Amino acid sequence: MMEALLHGTIDFLKLYWAPLLCGVAVVAVLPLIVGYIVLVERKLMADMQARLGPMRVGPHGLLQPIADAVKLLIKEDIIPDNADKLVFWLAPVLSVGAALLSLAGLAIGPAFQIAQDINIGILFVVGISALGIFGIVLGGWASNSHYSLMGALRSSAQLVSYETAAGMALVSALLFTGTLNIKSIVEAQSKEGIWFVMLAPVAFFTYLVASIAETNRAPFDLPEAESELVAGYMTEFSGFRWSLYFLAEYANMIVVASVATTLFLGGWLRPFASVPWLNVLDFLPALLMVAVAAYCVVRVPKQPTRVQQSFMMAVAGLCFVVGLALVAPVVLPVAKPFYAGIHGGFWFISKVSLYIYFFMWLRFTIPRYRFDQLMRLGWHFLIPLSIINVLLVGVALIAGSYFHLQGWGLLLVTTPAAVITLVAALLILAVDKERDARHDPNAASDFYAG
Amino acid sequence: MLDKILFYFFAAVAVASAVLMVTRRNVVHSAIFLITALLATAGIFLQLRAEFLFIVQIILYVGGIMVLFVFVIMLVNLDVALQQIQFARQKWVALLVALALAGQVGLMFWSSGKMPGQGLPVLTAAVASNLPPNSETVAHSLFDAYLLPFEIASVLLLVAMIGAVVMAKKRT
Repeated sequence: MMEALLHGTIDFLKLYWAPLLCGVAVVAVLPLIVGYIVLVERKLMADMQARLGPMRVGPHGLLQPIADAVKLLIKEDIIPDNADKLVFWLAPVLSVGAALLSLAGLAIGPAFQIAQDINIGILFVVGISALGIFGIVLGGWASNSHYSLMGALRSSAQLVSYETAAGMALVSALLFTGTLNIKSIVEAQSKEGIWFVMLAPVAFFTYLVASIAETNRAPFDLPEAESELVAGYMTEFSGFRWSLYFLAEYANMIVVASVATTLFLGGWLRPFASVPWLNVLDFLPALLMVAVAAYCVVRVPKQPTRVQQSFMMAVAGLCFVVGLALVAPVVLPVAKPFYAGIHGGFWFISKVSLYIYFFMWLRFTIPRYRFDQLMRLGWHFLIPLSIINVLLVGVALIAGSYFHLQGWGLLLVTTPAAVITLVAALLILAVDKERDARHDPNAASDFYAG
Repeated sequence: MLDKILFYFFAAVAVASAVLMVTRRNVVHSAIFLITALLATAGIFLQLRAEFLFIVQIILYVGGIMVLFVFVIMLVNLDVALQQIQFARQKWVALLVALALAGQVGLMFWSSGKMPGQGLPVLTAAVASNLPPNSETVAHSLFDAYLLPFEIASVLLLVAMIGAVVMAKKRT
């Protein structure tokens, strides 16, 4: 009787409290992570524009996110008089809520997933994160301002246009696995010994472009285009509400990067995870962390004040400890069970970071699109391309099963499929160009442009 | 117990927001309540362990159709729309339809009360862990058992889509 009660309690805790605690942890830590992503972005932008970026708060501006957060929290909260107060209040919360909720479906390692191992995994993440659009649209409408409304309109048109292409890209990758479960998708890549980015490069490209458009990042950040619409849908928002939108945007970046990592880049798998003689690569993460620690130690004397020097030493120490934690499961037999968790987490986070780095790189490199160009890219190019790709990947898979191809052998059929898709894409572009040449370019009504 | 609480919560939210959706004068507020009703229905699907239906409801209705709804609503001039007379033309037809529906539901409840075991179907509860994955089940019934009706429905949708494009196309 007592035992049954005890087991019941443990089951209850496992079912309800463990995910709840994980959820609270994510909600608490995410703003900090987002703050540091913003810092990295500013530093990167500064580097690419030959500046230094934030340098004042902490060594190399390492405490800047905290200063920013405090500033945003204590700012005055302004709600415009003519705004729809309730919707104005609701909109940023919706945006952030959708982004945070979709994080629940992600698996960061084989052992770490907030929600139970749900059967619809990837669809859950994609579907819930798409709900964030309502935050943008309703926020833009509730502000009762023309710039905001324009931003909201652009945002919904953009999302509807690019969701199709992204969905098709997901489908062509899912054809290889036959399941929507996130863990099974990664395990399928481990079984095949090849990442799906190699098997479906066109789908990866399509998803990359569509995901930039969906997260409203430059060069597709038309909903908040500051040179035309002040700040788009965020024009009337300030202080804490504005920071909620900001949080949602970066959380969405993490979500799309994680989806791409899971589907195309092998999730938590090490590069060449199924090649035994490359197991040396297991030392790479630890070496990397030790190298960062060493760099920090070398830079200590260059710091101007005593506080900054000790801060730098602390960062070095932290990196060293992380390095030790990463090397322990490879060397110590005791720590062996933690190998999958620790290294899986490392590789997953590294891949997500690389994807986000690529987003930032694009932002500083490519100028913003015009709205009609954006729509044309979506409807005239990406959607036909992704539909052709789904068809050809399906044909390639049938051919692969006919010839009993597996793993790297599948490349024999998927590469021709990708090449044919590319030729088709070039044809589409050529036809489009010719059609444009026949029409007067100024005749198209440019409804959404500022 | 928890199941019951969740069910009544979702059901109450769905019904309340459906009522609010009809009674609001502001179209955007109506849209928000429609979204809430759809989400609550999705919650009931999830509770029935039909995850696939749950996420399809969210992706298609909330994430797709409702975004388009809101998009169109924003193009409408709300001040003008508010001054127009609403709910006037179809009062009697609506009353008739509502009465018919109420009669149908009432008949079902009445017959189930009168003849126990013959009215409302009594389903045996399946063990949650034994259920086949929902997406596979849906796929099999769509593409094995009901392939022809499914294809006919898709052709119908295609016809509607092409029709819309043809109608919207500029006549030059």
